[in-house]
Amino acid sequence: MSNAVEVTGLRKTYGDLAAVDSIDFVVPEGEVFAFLGPNGAGKTTTVEILEGLRKRSGGEVRVLGLDPWTQGTELHHQIGVIPQDFRFFDKIYPREAIEFYGTLFGKTPDPAQLLQRVGLLDKAEAKFDTLSGGQKQKLGLALSLVNDPRVCFLDEPTTGLDPQARRSIWEVIRQLRSEGRTVFLTTHYLEEAELLADQVAIIHHGKIIAAGSPSDIIAKHGRPARLTVEGPPALGSYLQQKLGVTSVVSDGRVVIPLTERGDALRVLTALEASGLPWQRFATESDTLEDVFVALVGRMDDGEVKA
Amino acid sequence: MNPRRIGADFKVFARGYVRNPVALFFSLFFPIILVLLFGLIFNQPTTSVTLYAENLDPGSNISAQFLNALNQTGAVQVTVVGPAQLPGNESLAKYLADHSDPVGIVIPPDFGQDYLSHQPTNVTVYTNPEDAVSGGIAEAAVGAVSNEFNLQLSHGSPVVGVAVLPIASTIYKEIDYLVPGLIGFSILTSPMFAMVDISSTYKKDHLFRQLSLTPLTKDEWLASKIIWYVILSFISAAIMVGAGVALFHAHVTLSIYLVPFLVLGPFFFVSLGMLAGSIAKTPETAAVIGNVITFPMMFLSGTFFPVAAFPPYLQVFAHILPLYYVIDGMNKVMLFNNPGSAVADVAVLAAASVVVFVLAILAFKWRDE
Repeated sequence: MSNAVEVTGLRKTYGDLAAVDSIDFVVPEGEVFAFLGPNGAGKTTTVEILEGLRKRSGGEVRVLGLDPWTQGTELHHQIGVIPQDFRFFDKIYPREAIEFYGTLFGKTPDPAQLLQRVGLLDKAEAKFDTLSGGQKQKLGLALSLVNDPRVCFLDEPTTGLDPQARRSIWEVIRQLRSEGRTVFLTTHYLEEAELLADQVAIIHHGKIIAAGSPSDIIAKHGRPARLTVEGPPALGSYLQQKLGVTSVVSDGRVVIPLTERGDALRVLTALEASGLPWQRFATESDTLEDVFVALVGRMDDGEVKA
Repeated sequence: MNPRRIGADFKVFARGYVRNPVALFFSLFFPIILVLLFGLIFNQPTTSVTLYAENLDPGSNISAQFLNALNQTGAVQVTVVGPAQLPGNESLAKYLADHSDPVGIVIPPDFGQDYLSHQPTNVTVYTNPEDAVSGGIAEAAVGAVSNEFNLQLSHGSPVVGVAVLPIASTIYKEIDYLVPGLIGFSILTSPMFAMVDISSTYKKDHLFRQLSLTPLTKDEWLASKIIWYVILSFISAAIMVGAGVALFHAHVTLSIYLVPFLVLGPFFFVSLGMLAGSIAKTPETAAVIGNVITFPMMFLSGTFFPVAAFPPYLQVFAHILPLYYVIDGMNKVMLFNNPGSAVADVAVLAAASVVVFVLAILAFKWRDE
């Protein structure tokens, strides 16, 4: 499989400030790639360089084999973009907007079908300035698909939307992937990235601090899975003696790390055999969000070098 | 440039415009309001200046004849101020100052007797320098009547006479000059203000970046705006001519030779508005730059007052204003029916439009460096 996006040593500086500081990554064609990071980390700068909207200061960038800055016109026929906080002409109807884009790209899209696809058909004849935030984003999504793009860049497409609108945009992203299109997604919502993305990269202070599949990142940077049970501190000592595990006891809760398959079963069996009172057990494992918060926090504390 | 893409962008822009009630009002009704307003201001009959007179020779027939002759000039309307209005020998000058009246005349004591006995006598005219026009009219009227009286006394008759006739065969009225001027005014203001606003709001709303992601190019985008404002200039010119003719019986010559001005005018000002908006960093600066360019042009290009009536240095300044060539050319075509003499205006406008169009394209950025 070839790469839709290839980035090597990409830099973008504003005076002395490096907004993007020598980053490398690739996005294989047909995958959903989520680019994550806190506000001001360099996400939007990077995605705008990839879209050909911003000139890079250094490094190499290829999107579908093209240089986005010097070959933007050619590239724009093959990519679809929803910028952050998509805005359009106030008085245009969604149906007209799609016809307009169709003419510009020399395509003849079916506005009804595209609007149906993003769930905006009932607003086909409503002025843009009367649409809600979610409906505007949906029109942005529909417009980004007019030219039948191979790569879709979605810059925070669900920010500020209600849960239902977010879910309907997720559904479209899944469809895009199933059609073999590459999706480059930036988002604040870690849960969104975990649900949708094949590959994730986390950028902070202009540098990539973690990259890989969500499960790889969690496995590498997250804490082990653990079992929590409510009971007396004596349970902790009992389990240490019986199973040799080091548990943490606090606030009437005993937390036991699970490192191997079958650990949970062994712990529960031992608990039952202890004769001590216990109740309410639960297993927990880190989410991408836990890892993200921990990584970004540790980097800010100077513990992690990018 | 791709005509299909220009057409598509034009359609979107035109729809946005006609769906905006404020924009529509300004395009269709504002020209009528302009013609009505300025027509009423400039087209009213000239009123005479009120001249307050203190007659210190009230018993004389001659002083009464003198004041009567002043009234008959039609330039001044004499109002006699008697002792009742000037208590305690108050001077006429003080009366005029207290009542904010600009001009007055004092007929001296023994005026009639001195006149008949050929003794030199002086009437005094008071003027207020802040109202130079009224002062000038009063001075001229009093001077003319004094000459007449002097001639009569010496039994002379006038040798040199003055006949005032309008040029060409038509009698031009203020409104006839005003219609081309106001068409020029709307050719200037409508695209300039719109483009300065568009350039900053599109930047703020990231619409240029959005469009840069499509095959539409900057020159295609600007061309579609020019086409729209050319159409709008034809519509508003037609409305203004219609209003001028219907409301004030304006005389205008409509000919095919107006077309270059209705096309090149919007071409130039759409480009200039875009250039002004593009070099500004913020919407506020854009508005200031737009106003600095627009306002001098609005008043100094012959829109409301003929440039020939300006002081010489302002006439030189007017010649560097592009709107001057629009109005000058339209006057030559619409008023004097002399399109041949407007070729130079067309040439200046065409050259300036191309230069400003290219500069605007270079200055405005689709995307960020």
